Amino acid sequence: MVNLVIDGRNIQAKKGKTLLTVARENGIEIPTLCSHESVENSGACRLCVVEITKGKKKKIVTSCLYAAEDGLVVETQSERVLKVRKFVMQLLMARCPTSDVIRDMAVKMGIAPEPRFKPNQDGKKCIMCRLCVKACEEVVGVSALGFAFRGVDKALGTPFREPSSVCIGCGSCAYICPTQQIVMSSTEDTRSICGRTFKMKACSVCGRYFAPEDQLAFISEKTGVPIENLSVCVSCR
Amino acid sequence: MSKINTLEALNKAAKKGQEALFPAKKIRINIGMATNSIAAGSKKVYQAIADEINTKHLKFALTKTGSMGLDSMEPLVEFIVPNKPKLSFAKVTVDKVPALLDQVINLNLDTETPFYRADEQENILTGEKTAYVKGKVPRALSSIPMMEEIPYYAKQVKIATRNCGVIDPENLEEYIGRGGYFALYKALTEMSPDQIIEDVIASGLRGRGGGGFPTGWKWRSCRDAKGSIKYVICNGDEGDPGAYMDRSVMEGDPHSVIEGMIIGAYAIGARQGYIYVRNEYPLAVANLTKAVAQAKSAGFLGKNIFGSGFAFDIKISKGAGAFVCGESTALIASLEGKAGEPRAKYTHTVEHGLWDRPTNLNNVETWSNVPVIIARGGKWFSGIGTKTSSGTKVFSLVGKVNNIGLAEVPMGTTIKEIVNEIGGGIPQGKTFKAVQTGGPSGGCIPESLIDLPVGFDELDKAGSMMGSGGMIVMDNTTCMVDIAKYFVSFLAQESCGKCTPCRDGVRRMRDILEDICAGQGQEGDIELLKDMADAMMDGSLCALGGSAPNPVLSTLRYFQDEYEAHIRDKRCPAGVCKALIKFRVVADKCTGCTKCRKVCPTHAVKGNRKEVHEIDQTLCIQCRACYEVCAFNAIIIE
Repeated sequence: MVNLVIDGRNIQAKKGKTLLTVARENGIEIPTLCSHESVENSGACRLCVVEITKGKKKKIVTSCLYAAEDGLVVETQSERVLKVRKFVMQLLMARCPTSDVIRDMAVKMGIAPEPRFKPNQDGKKCIMCRLCVKACEEVVGVSALGFAFRGVDKALGTPFREPSSVCIGCGSCAYICPTQQIVMSSTEDTRSICGRTFKMKACSVCGRYFAPEDQLAFISEKTGVPIENLSVCVSCR
Repeated sequence: MSKINTLEALNKAAKKGQEALFPAKKIRINIGMATNSIAAGSKKVYQAIADEINTKHLKFALTKTGSMGLDSMEPLVEFIVPNKPKLSFAKVTVDKVPALLDQVINLNLDTETPFYRADEQENILTGEKTAYVKGKVPRALSSIPMMEEIPYYAKQVKIATRNCGVIDPENLEEYIGRGGYFALYKALTEMSPDQIIEDVIASGLRGRGGGGFPTGWKWRSCRDAKGSIKYVICNGDEGDPGAYMDRSVMEGDPHSVIEGMIIGAYAIGARQGYIYVRNEYPLAVANLTKAVAQAKSAGFLGKNIFGSGFAFDIKISKGAGAFVCGESTALIASLEGKAGEPRAKYTHTVEHGLWDRPTNLNNVETWSNVPVIIARGGKWFSGIGTKTSSGTKVFSLVGKVNNIGLAEVPMGTTIKEIVNEIGGGIPQGKTFKAVQTGGPSGGCIPESLIDLPVGFDELDKAGSMMGSGGMIVMDNTTCMVDIAKYFVSFLAQESCGKCTPCRDGVRRMRDILEDICAGQGQEGDIELLKDMADAMMDGSLCALGGSAPNPVLSTLRYFQDEYEAHIRDKRCPAGVCKALIKFRVVADKCTGCTKCRKVCPTHAVKGNRKEVHEIDQTLCIQCRACYEVCAFNAIIIE
């Protein structure tokens, strides 16, 4: 266990836990967009920055990556911290002016758009948080999504912008996306996502379409469970 | 190549190398064949000399060397005539070759005057000098200036670039003949890893890639890190616009980097090394690849090096051209086969680096300094330069300066000495305005600080940084807002795009600078830029984003009036930003020669011969063609 101070409160925490986790466990709110319990943190959005004092040195760190240390003094609302958060939110508002999630979050934080940042006109809502990429890689294990290019041109998508041959249509990316940039649409027996349409499997008991056939085949291959045993939906199992 | 695993074998190879460097019965011709030399036409000159040697059956040893440093004088050709001073000829062209060879053979230098002569060759690894001349300097040559009298060379001390332009980089024996691999022999047979690290700490060597972290301490941390498998990496991903020091070392003296890495690996306890070199440096890749193969067959790489029991190997990995891969964690990600994106450095790479193992990464120039430190001792090295920045630094001196090229100078040399003496001042009668150091993450140093001595801390304090050693000289016709825009645009393309403040922040900064240059700047832009800079420095994930505002901040610090002129008066004082300038003909000076009318691509210049011309502003695209071509200074920028 380590002892640290967050926003003036003495807190005891397990060594190795991130400052973000420790703060949240103690009811201290830190905003984030790219942190999710199911995937490893990447520190991409930079909203969760906090100011730490270590000895005589003060610096800004990413709370989702920085591990709690003995004697650390953490400020989650310092002037420097708020300046970074305001900048990040203004950048994201200009990047994704049509995103309600970003707008609502900014309103909640009391941040207005910066008039000198001309809003993007492409209608996209992707904030490059990479949660979809990480979920697809770390949770699903197929890496159908990734990034292309770099700098201002960096773009999220499938390799060569073609429908991915490894995507199983599981929908994890759409589920985890904080801004609803990734859209999944369904008919009764199909599901469309990331440029592909998947055939759905009907439950052998109730007849309801419950999962993409490709996903069931992937699970069968990964787990060794025969595909026949995966033909029943969760409700009928 | 037979194995060189004893001192005797090393001495034997050295003797062979020296015979090649100072041939007793042949004239040795050195011709610079680095990328910059080739760009200046040295390949054609080389071919012409080779043809002349063939057709006349001359007994010359024609040698391709690396960069000789002074690029604006390329192609440079040197002649080492037995027992005579070395003669160097500048700006050699193909048509001059036959006469040149003839003159050198007869030592009759009436028509082609050598650029300089050298009477001896210095070996920085031993501190000894070898005379070219036996007896007296022939009278015909005595009036030729000595190399050390030429201002460009006078203040240079070559440690990292000791062999560039001297040896054939593809010839291992020449490298050994200049003292190469003797430091490795000393390190492996006489020194313990701790002694080596102590010596490097004592030398005061700081990382030459930009960070300036003390090399010895980095080695110490990596040696002390837990784990039996450790790595050393050479960062050859040089990417600053206008900087090519590392390329010159990798092309011109690849073994110096390899020798440094083997010594470092032994000190740290690593058995595998990687050289990460950008693929846009094909000659560096080729020469390094060849040198690694030579080192392997000679036994400098592999098992039981010099019978010490120490084993080490090097692999070369080619980068795909992302600027950000020069950042250590992005480089490591790229080496692992992932996208070149940095990660937060809360755990250091010396503990968790490549494949999560302790990893020591140093830059090309840092590694090439190491053999000299081991050979001469850390104390000797620390005597060069300043207290906080020891040794030398290689700068690539480019831009609006007469002598363009590489300059290796002791730390503490002033910018004035570098620009005015080594660089020979500003061309075309213009005046010095600023020098940009440290690449896109660096800043501009104004004329008022021209007496600043170069060193890590001195440059930091002035709002710039040492960076890898690019030095771009600017004259009074350079617009500082335009320069800031250039570097920020570069970074907008080269940011890895992972974190918001860098990816979107740099882009927004670029947009505002573009507005200012286009006359669309608004009141409050300067304050906004400063605010953005603060948030980017604090909020970015890695040093690229953290230092990305530097070009804006340093130009604002010293040239805020230029920003104000753009924003408030819609005026570009340097006459660069197209939207803010007009070209006008001064009636009194115009002779009606029609020269400007002929070059104008949009037919904006009107007027008949011998009549005063006029420029139709609605057609003018501010291309400057008329301005450049006018022989009477009759066209002015308003």
